[in-house]
Amino acid sequence: MQALLTRSWVKPLLFVLCTLPAFWLVGAGLLNQLGANPAEALIRGLGDWTLRFLCLVLLVTPLRHHTGWTVVARWRRMLGLFVFFYASLHLLAYAWLDMGFDLVELLPDIVKRPFITVGMLAWGLLLALAATSFNRAIKAMGARRWQRLHRAVYAVAVLGVLHFFWMRAGKQLFGEVAVYAALLGALLGWRVWWRFRARVPA
Amino acid sequence: LPGVKSAVAGASTVEAVTAYDDATLYNNFYEFGTDKSDPAAYSKQFKPRPWTVQVEGLVKNPRTYGIEDLLKLSAMEERIYRLRCVEGWSMVIPWVGYSVAELIKKVEPLGSAKYVEFVTLADKAQMPGLRSGVLDWPYVEGLRLDEAMHPLTLLAFGMYGEVLPNQNGAPLRLVVPWKYGFKSGKSLVKIRFTDKEPRTAWNVSAPQEYGFYSNVNPDVAHPRWSQASERRIGEGQGLFAKRRKTLMFNGYEPQVGQLYAGMDLRKFF
Repeated sequence: MQALLTRSWVKPLLFVLCTLPAFWLVGAGLLNQLGANPAEALIRGLGDWTLRFLCLVLLVTPLRHHTGWTVVARWRRMLGLFVFFYASLHLLAYAWLDMGFDLVELLPDIVKRPFITVGMLAWGLLLALAATSFNRAIKAMGARRWQRLHRAVYAVAVLGVLHFFWMRAGKQLFGEVAVYAALLGALLGWRVWWRFRARVPA
Repeated sequence: LPGVKSAVAGASTVEAVTAYDDATLYNNFYEFGTDKSDPAAYSKQFKPRPWTVQVEGLVKNPRTYGIEDLLKLSAMEERIYRLRCVEGWSMVIPWVGYSVAELIKKVEPLGSAKYVEFVTLADKAQMPGLRSGVLDWPYVEGLRLDEAMHPLTLLAFGMYGEVLPNQNGAPLRLVVPWKYGFKSGKSLVKIRFTDKEPRTAWNVSAPQEYGFYSNVNPDVAHPRWSQASERRIGEGQGLFAKRRKTLMFNGYEPQVGQLYAGMDLRKFF
């Protein structure tokens, strides 16, 4: 398996796969195939994919430890940048299609509505991580400080679920929220468990 | 279902009517599921006949009406109303029906009657959405008696010249055009006159978000989103259609504004 995953075409293929939801959603939106309320469908679809990529990137380390496929670690940066990519499209679609880029409407919305505040905060953290995602940034910051900063992805996971929960609270529809909370909770819980386990001598 | 053009003031907007497919395939009717496409998908087996509506409570003439009696009770009118959903989207829909006031006059409310409660069907055998605990079933809505008596408050039996499709509240529903859409109960089975403010479904579920009045009001935000603007379904270039400004009382202020004279609409939202 490891040998197969190390082939030179695997990562480019993964990259193309990761872009498909964006092409599919935006394309369907432009072709008016997203139902009666296309703007809402697009904004929500992009939010869903942000959460899905967040699950994927947080799966990398547990997968590497349990399967021994060290190659998956080489995909982590790309997957992380896709989280940022989908989060940015989500924010752009909201600011454009919902708010018409009207700052007089947009800024009070960010301050007044907790679920938007939380979403913006998560996007701000992702921006910081994306901006320091290249090798020279690691060198400039020092590996330890860089790693500490990049643990902010755990905060992004918590804020992302909270954002989704608060959005759905208006209609009390928590089914999907529970699924993402369980997945991300398990992935974060695994890290706690792994750390604790490593400290106990075998 | 034919109807004559209504003579009631404000009853026929000249705005572009929403496409039939949008109005029948994108709506909320939680008894059939919480997704907007669920009502059309899961109401196909629903049987709107035979049907009775119990009218009871503080009235001189309580009575159970068969749907056939109600269809004949008053002349059918066509009314073209704006519909504003609390979620921030809107449509323009041609309804067929008559003012609820026509029915209310027949049953003669007592002097002590101050409110009208509208109870809708909750039949587990026909409505798969009832399995979810999102709301306390049956779905109950309510109006103040003077709101219910307003000529714009419509008892609808049809839309787009046809009988109501199952997913839109067959065989009869309420339409209160100056309030958010959820105030207009669908598939009514009981109309009760009371002296106390009815405990309405959404108000019980989330009192800080959905008030008893729920009048369309661009100045009173929902805790989770602004109500200052709305997206008119099917308008313009789809994805990039600009939102339009929401009007006070959904544009029916000249007709209904006096019902709320002197009331603090932030408190009684």
